[in-house]
Amino acid sequence: MSLTEAPPAPPAEPEEPRKLTLRKPSARKRLVPYWLLLPGILWLLVFFALPLVYQASTSVQTGSLEQGFEVTWHFQTYVDALRDYYPQFIRSLLYAGTATILCLLLGYPLAYLIAFKAGRWRNLVLVLVIAPFFTSFLIRTLAWKTILADGGAVVDVLNTLHVLDVTSWLGWTESNRVLATPMAVVCGLTYNFLPFMILPLYTSLERIDGRLHEAAGDLYATPATTFRKVTFPLSMPGVVSGTLLTFIPASGDYVNAELLGSTDTKMVGSVIQSQFLRVLDYPTAAALSFILMAIVLLMVTFYIRRSGTEDLV
Amino acid sequence: MPVLRWIRRNLIVIAGLLTLAYMILPNIVVMVFSFNKPNGRFNYEWQRFSLDAWKDPCGVADMCGSLSLSLQIAFWATLGATALGTMVAFALVRYRFRARGAISSLIFLPMAMPEVVMAASLLTLFLNMGAQLGFWTVLIAHIMFCLSFVVTAVKARVMSMDPRLEEAARDLYAGPVQTFLRVTLPIAAPGIAAGALLAFALSFDDFIITNFNAGSTVTFPMFVWGSAQRGTPVQINVIGTAMFIIAVTMVLVGQLIASRRKSNARN
Repeated sequence: MSLTEAPPAPPAEPEEPRKLTLRKPSARKRLVPYWLLLPGILWLLVFFALPLVYQASTSVQTGSLEQGFEVTWHFQTYVDALRDYYPQFIRSLLYAGTATILCLLLGYPLAYLIAFKAGRWRNLVLVLVIAPFFTSFLIRTLAWKTILADGGAVVDVLNTLHVLDVTSWLGWTESNRVLATPMAVVCGLTYNFLPFMILPLYTSLERIDGRLHEAAGDLYATPATTFRKVTFPLSMPGVVSGTLLTFIPASGDYVNAELLGSTDTKMVGSVIQSQFLRVLDYPTAAALSFILMAIVLLMVTFYIRRSGTEDLV
Repeated sequence: MPVLRWIRRNLIVIAGLLTLAYMILPNIVVMVFSFNKPNGRFNYEWQRFSLDAWKDPCGVADMCGSLSLSLQIAFWATLGATALGTMVAFALVRYRFRARGAISSLIFLPMAMPEVVMAASLLTLFLNMGAQLGFWTVLIAHIMFCLSFVVTAVKARVMSMDPRLEEAARDLYAGPVQTFLRVTLPIAAPGIAAGALLAFALSFDDFIITNFNAGSTVTFPMFVWGSAQRGTPVQINVIGTAMFIIAVTMVLVGQLIASRRKSNARN
């Protein structure tokens, strides 16, 4: 924020209407930011904030589609929704959390590679990271159906290595198959949200001054110590924004669970979708989506506090 | 053990390349299966090589219609979100005013919320207003969620701009309009372009918000979604492959032009 040359408007008296005379051009100038903001902020207020208010009111309504809904402050809907669908909530957070951790483990080496090792290949690798984006993500997710198909190469290899025996015992897969199991859903989630992890990681790694590594080496730090004490702490902003950009969308996603999973792997997004678009039980759907929002916002606030990074916005 | 030592020394490179392979694998599968001739309605198993789908990419009912609808929506959503977002970004970086913090949070929140929550709440608004779901509701929704991303992209660029360049322009008697058009805008252009590209990609690819607010209108992602239940035509893989190739070519050409310009500037 230090680079801005803010007009020296004293903060005490900016937008008082009586200053709005043409003799004072500074008063007109002071309104410039408000005119710039007006259309965009209005759009967000009407189509982002107001809908949330409508949804809050819908969640405490009772009634039916035929007779119409009415606000009756029926908070029981929230209790019922949680009681009926807590497995889906837990599953969503579990799957999204696992996918986020996997994204971090898979994404960090690649981000590190691009930032420090790629040299003149850097731009090419960056293009390769972003390029899969350009094929519609639904098409790519459907491709995982082919990759993980029963009797396909991946399943065969995992079988030969007896990996599937272990994962089946853990409950991640079902005897000899990957598709329609939790593992397939987590695999899809990890795949779909990896770029959201890699790009922020790369941005924060790239900012690190290479001389710091040299300095650490001069002070007899091993590469592992250098990573633990210098590189990783300095990449924390990237880690935080990467995990948020992965976890938040993953927790509400239902595409992966629907395309790669089964009825036993349904996530809360699927429930919200079917309540809204098929069952047409609007209060329950609104309550579910509010609970999801509350859980995510609480976790995110807590996480940001704990990690001590505030320069996110 | 020289091999083991080599692996240990290049562990990060190997792990990174494996991740890259994981990311590109589905694109390769999509490409390979665009040359498949499946038995039955689903294109999940390799049967035999054929160019049929490439010869007749629009041979599936409604697919190319949905594709052109998605392109139209993405175009207008990009235009709207980029215009509104650029204005907001300039206001946020260049001016101090009341409620700056609140406005920053309002910009940040749509990105920090599961898509399904936004999609569902927007649908309750449209239902309450009795709006007809279709092209317009989808466009409104897309502008809404692309806006924050454009603001973030443009903001990053405007923040790194040297204000002295504009002062210099003013010292050389450029009027405010001239300064903006000939100095400010050209410098901010890469950020605006990045925001616009992001908006286009996000809008074109969006499924969840569209699924809630499109009514019976079918965009391309919705067509793909439906086909996962009804049977996936090979043409979907053709479109996916074509999109991939076009995008990679565009990015590579852009990079080539940029590097050539850089070397020209150096000479």
